[in-house]
Amino acid sequence: MTEALADLTAQEISRRVREGETTATEVLDQTLQRISDVEGRAPTSDPYEPQPDDRKRIHAYISLAEARARAQAQAIDQAVRDGRDPGPLAGVPLAVKDIFCVEGTRSTAGSRILETFTAPYTATPVARLEAAGAVTIGKVNLDEFTFGSSNESSAFLPPPGNPWDPTRVPGGSSGGSTAAVAAGEAAISLATDTAGSIRQPAAFCGVVGLKPTYGRVSRYGLIAFASSLDCPGTVSRNVTDAALMLRAMAGADPADATAAAVEVPDYAAGMEQGIEGLRIGLSPNYFRLAYPDPETGELREQSIDPQIEAAVYRSAEVLARGGAEIIEGVPMPHTHLGIPAYFVISRVEAASNLHRYDGVKYGYRYRGPVAGLTEMYRETRGRGFGVQPKLRILMGMYVSGEQYERDYYRRALKVRSLIRRDFDRAFDPDGDQHLDALLTPTTPTTAFELGRVYGDSVLMQYADLLTVPANHAGIPGLSIPAGFDNGGLPIGVQLLGPDFSEGRLVRIGRRFETLTESEAWRQRRPAILDTDRG
Amino acid sequence: MPEEKSTQGEISVEVFEHLVALAALALDADEGEYLRSQLNGQLRAIRALDAIEVPDDLPITSHGVPYSEPNRPEIREDRANNPGLADKILAQAPEVEDRYFVVPDIPQEALE
Repeated sequence: MTEALADLTAQEISRRVREGETTATEVLDQTLQRISDVEGRAPTSDPYEPQPDDRKRIHAYISLAEARARAQAQAIDQAVRDGRDPGPLAGVPLAVKDIFCVEGTRSTAGSRILETFTAPYTATPVARLEAAGAVTIGKVNLDEFTFGSSNESSAFLPPPGNPWDPTRVPGGSSGGSTAAVAAGEAAISLATDTAGSIRQPAAFCGVVGLKPTYGRVSRYGLIAFASSLDCPGTVSRNVTDAALMLRAMAGADPADATAAAVEVPDYAAGMEQGIEGLRIGLSPNYFRLAYPDPETGELREQSIDPQIEAAVYRSAEVLARGGAEIIEGVPMPHTHLGIPAYFVISRVEAASNLHRYDGVKYGYRYRGPVAGLTEMYRETRGRGFGVQPKLRILMGMYVSGEQYERDYYRRALKVRSLIRRDFDRAFDPDGDQHLDALLTPTTPTTAFELGRVYGDSVLMQYADLLTVPANHAGIPGLSIPAGFDNGGLPIGVQLLGPDFSEGRLVRIGRRFETLTESEAWRQRRPAILDTDRG
Repeated sequence: MPEEKSTQGEISVEVFEHLVALAALALDADEGEYLRSQLNGQLRAIRALDAIEVPDDLPITSHGVPYSEPNRPEIREDRANNPGLADKILAQAPEVEDRYFVVPDIPQEALE
């Protein structure tokens, strides 16, 4: 393969398409070729029989939208020929997490209950990315309804493999997104982050993941999980592409009352300003982790993987070289309560959102004999939902039950206030720390083996331990690659900032990229691209 | 829901079956037992919330970002959008007759 268009950044693809050096159609063809090279058998909802080859391939896409993509690419090429502006993302291949509605495409949420659902309209962020010139290649896999951190809970299997080592998970729930982008099966992906579902898989797959401020991007057309936490965001191979993508899709939307009426800056334009004088904090609470004892539930302290800790400190030194001031010892005392509070809040919201799947209006309906309506509901939901939705419905109903609501749900919402308060104090311009950003590890570990954690819903949830506080607080978070562990697996570090500070986060991330661009680890490529290229 | 006052308790078989009925989920016995054990594992993790003092007057946070006057969107005009969407929605329904969703009968129950 010659220099592959599929490996270029969105910014470079768009430049070449706009300047006539290549065409959107050629980019599409090369991307489809890459998909054919690395993808392997397509995930289906048939009973899953693992094959040895499954763990050598990526399996990111649930469905491809080739005809639709070709029509979009041709329209962009025509615009270029006519001298019209084809948009800032002209011809950029986009993978859409299959939790967004795209008109005319199957929109499954990774669930059997929506397997046959074809979206009758298009989600706002998708429509905006397409209006900016992005070409939707298809819909990528995820944990069922986004409920998971490994992609193994999808109804569509084989699950995606990690392009750096396909025997390992890509993370989740946006694992199809991050695997596809890492393997060159798309330049960018539209994903969602409710507890870390963009940042955790971005760290596992060595790509950039940006969870914007809650309300920065419209949720219209996003199949809901936990409506007070869900954030559409970006997956890309560098920070510049995250900035371009966010600029294209952010902003108020009459169709979503939670989409904030806050001006959308030109993130990429402000990105090269440097980080001189910015105060970037490190908190001990992000390095000492608290896991519950499986028997008693008592929290036990455990240190983070020392290789990840070292990567964060190395990153801090790099940023200090760039002129940032590093502030150590920032207290974030409620970090460890993020997951316990999430176990309550997200479940209550999920249970509420999942009541709409009843076999009446759309999606799967049980067709066997039933004694009446109630039995149809029970059989439809029992067969249509996998384990994760069932767990979330049941827990959500339990903790919001009248006699428990005060002790569980109300208490969790108060703990959410305490988590938000930690960030408010750290970022308060008149406070002791007056930080511009916080630098943390993104994940407690690097990518784990398929099958190692799946089945233990508590341990799996703790994969989001370091990312979920930002969702509770609503603040933005950016995960960027920061090196590799001794096993050759990517390590991500996370930058957190106050509400609507995405511009500052991408500025720091971009400076980190330029300061490390000559380092050897930057030259590494995912194993799938070294072994499978034809 | 059957009485179970303390948050220190486990989800018993009886409470679990009540939840399953409310949730309208048909489960087989093995799946039910696995789900119940996972739920109880999650409840043990949730108990970490009991370990800290939470002041009575602490306000709740129902979503992280405050919606103040400058970032709150204007109330939109109430008008119909997307003509034709109703047909596309009906086309997705498992069973439709004369633009009505069709469902199985609701059996009559004798009143006591």
